Amino acid sequence: MDRMPAWADAILVPLFSIVLAAILSAGVILAIGESPVEAFKLMVDGALMRSSGWGYTLYYATNFIFTGLAVSIAFHARMFNIGGEGQAMIGGLGVALVCLFIPWPHWSLALLGATVGAALFGAAWAYIPALLQAKRGSHIVITTIMFNFIAAAVLNYVLVNMLRPTGAMEPATARFPEATFLPTFQDMFATADNPLFRGAPANVTFFIALLACVAVWILIWRTRLGYEIRAFGHSETAARYAGISPVKITVVAMLISGGLAGMMALNTTMGEAERLVLNATEGAGFIGIAVALMGRSHPVGVLLAALLFGFLYQGGAELALWTNIPRELITVIQALVILFTGALDNMVRVPLEKLFLAIRRSPKSAG
Amino acid sequence: MTAPAIELKGISKAFGPVQANKDIAIRVMPGTIHGIIGENGAGKSTLMSILYGFYKADAGEIFINGKKTEIPDSQAAIKAGIGMVFQHFKLVQNFTVLENVILGAEDGRMLKPSLAKARGVLKHLAKEYELNVDPDARIEDLSVGHQQRVEILKALYREADILILDEPTGVLTPAEADHLFRILEGLRAQGKTIILITHKLREIMEITDTVSVMRRGEMTATVKTAETTPEQLAELMVGRKVLLRVDKTPATPGRAVLEIDNLSLTDDAGVARLKGISLTVHAGEILGIAGVSGNGQSELLKVLGGYAPAATGSIKVNGTPIDLTGKNSDGQSRRARGIAHVPEDRQHEGLILQYSAWENTVFGYHRDPGWQNGILMDNAAIRTEAAAKMERYDVRPPNPNLAARNFSGGNQQKIVLAREIERDPDVLLIGQPTRGVDIGAIEFIHQQIVALRDSGKAILLVSVELDEIFSLSDRIAVMFDGQIMGERMPDDTDQTELGLLMAGVTEMPKDKPLIAAVDAQLEAKAEKAAQQNG
Repeated sequence: MDRMPAWADAILVPLFSIVLAAILSAGVILAIGESPVEAFKLMVDGALMRSSGWGYTLYYATNFIFTGLAVSIAFHARMFNIGGEGQAMIGGLGVALVCLFIPWPHWSLALLGATVGAALFGAAWAYIPALLQAKRGSHIVITTIMFNFIAAAVLNYVLVNMLRPTGAMEPATARFPEATFLPTFQDMFATADNPLFRGAPANVTFFIALLACVAVWILIWRTRLGYEIRAFGHSETAARYAGISPVKITVVAMLISGGLAGMMALNTTMGEAERLVLNATEGAGFIGIAVALMGRSHPVGVLLAALLFGFLYQGGAELALWTNIPRELITVIQALVILFTGALDNMVRVPLEKLFLAIRRSPKSAG
Repeated sequence: MTAPAIELKGISKAFGPVQANKDIAIRVMPGTIHGIIGENGAGKSTLMSILYGFYKADAGEIFINGKKTEIPDSQAAIKAGIGMVFQHFKLVQNFTVLENVILGAEDGRMLKPSLAKARGVLKHLAKEYELNVDPDARIEDLSVGHQQRVEILKALYREADILILDEPTGVLTPAEADHLFRILEGLRAQGKTIILITHKLREIMEITDTVSVMRRGEMTATVKTAETTPEQLAELMVGRKVLLRVDKTPATPGRAVLEIDNLSLTDDAGVARLKGISLTVHAGEILGIAGVSGNGQSELLKVLGGYAPAATGSIKVNGTPIDLTGKNSDGQSRRARGIAHVPEDRQHEGLILQYSAWENTVFGYHRDPGWQNGILMDNAAIRTEAAAKMERYDVRPPNPNLAARNFSGGNQQKIVLAREIERDPDVLLIGQPTRGVDIGAIEFIHQQIVALRDSGKAILLVSVELDEIFSLSDRIAVMFDGQIMGERMPDDTDQTELGLLMAGVTEMPKDKPLIAAVDAQLEAKAEKAAQQNG
């Protein structure tokens, strides 16, 4: 066989890509007159060495897991859902409505209700581009990008004109009722003499994200729907032959994708802000694309990639705080990671593959 | 003794761990037609790509007319006098013949002088080699046979002395193929050297002087065609004795199972693809549909298989009509009605190449209750059953976890066949059952089809290989331009008659030679098409 082993493909290739991105980033840091070693230390220190750092890293990772899974599902049906950002924004609206207008007795029930609200709103926002793609052939990349802008405008309108408490100056909803506050990691793990995760925003939603990983794995590889989604993604002509409806799969896959993207709002809106603000998504919808690319659209890969990006986000914030390295540099580093893992995938894969084949052939020719 | 036109010494080429060519040596004498025969994947195309400068050999030397020659790219090949006619033509559809001929060989910045020169050369070539093509016709208005002539003209215009043809007859009617062979004979008479790559034994026997056999990247033999037999060549290709004939008893057709009446289909572009097709297939019978590809056979299969746009007319299975609106029907509902379908294009329809073999063994039947386990699919059961199926159908390697793309064409086809036949359908639609399938597997696949017929199933066979139609069919219908030109019993007809029907000629010419008659009809059709377009 002319391929390298699966483990090398899944682990070595992304690993090399990250290393390459790191080397280039180090060059950039050097160029602005800072020490890359110090910077890296600081990032690791701030993101991983203290429990509060972890609290931020996992908080960001939670967002990226949801949006990464959302993009992955669409990838499996060979669609590029760039609308995670907009779907998450509208998902936030769903969360806000559920939290504000339903009197919840306990946070656990509220979380359940908000999950449904977030998923439904996110899915609804993905439904229109999906339908346009399935019925009219309007390219989903174009329509989902445009829907991001529409979502931002809709959210702005709703916040300013409908949900803003009278007298408030900020385009945001009122604070959610206390019964809907989600337990943070601090609430869950800190004890009197061991104050873990102090002030960190990571919350119970992280576990929902882990559950989502499992659910997506089952959906894609163990259910009939997943079988049909993958079949459609690999070959539309074959799907037609088998009697799998392209319209149905396009729409259903996008509904699930939009729902997952929408669920990201649980973390930001319900878990952290405890109200809906205008820019709650902070670009996590786009990071989801990088996460899905890097994680090979596999839930485990998505989880790992989300953790990496969570680290980059939190580490980047630390850099901005303690050094002269601007926060924007972290965007550069992230972009490099995306460039190497996504766009320049073959640059790493092809030489690696050759290396593996050479290794494999040499014992044969020797023996 | 004259130097060989082409001599290859020790050519080797590996793609990763796959040794596509291994120490190949071959001598092609000038003024001969040299056949290269071998199964798919034997390395024929790789070898020719090396000769034409598409690939660089890992080792070995090329001598042209006795002179050692480096061929790093196709420009060098053209300069060395090598011309290539690809299986899939490389013509610009909306250019005229003349424009295509000079494309890439223009003499200067302005086109006019080149076009004038080409016109003269073409006229001369047409006279010399019977290569008649209207130089001002657009490619899209030409028949496939004429398009191929344009490819040959292109090569000759570039003053090729050595012409390589890769599977040239795959897209031709028998009459067109005969004409092509006459052209090739004419070229040989003028001292040109021709390399003919094919997997059809009959063509080798008919036209070549010498034949080289390739198997698994190696040149296993080079023999004088006159001194060999098809059986011997088949054995050299496969590496074991092969039964070239299908063993089958006369059919005993029963009741009508599949009845097609006045079926018509217009595609999305508004072109009529099927024009009033009526056919009946009985239980225990193989109805073969002969025809050059692109005359509506694919559309017929798709309508029957449930994934074509709305069609008019009626199709009955066991006396009950099936839905043709294209709305309430799909592949699933057809399967529920007992129609199984081995599609023409197994790589893009019949299989998901990225899926493992076991996943493919339920493709299209994956909603069956037997494969479900609550809300999940019962992957364990599917795997077990897949292993058993692969064993019964002799799929090699018998590894259900291997992705479908890693199987050879023949083994891929066996996976599809196993899936469709084992469902015990009433009707089996089967398109191009042995396209891209090695000879060894062809034998097995043919046996399976005949066995299914003997168990009383109705089988509709579509094939562009006339030999296959003859050896399998109990009745033959010929399709041309979306219509059935006629039905014949295999014993009452021959290749010539079917070939004419395939070209749309229903009246047997008496005074005119066959080929001229076909040409006249094809030209009339092309003219009509040109008028419609203009």
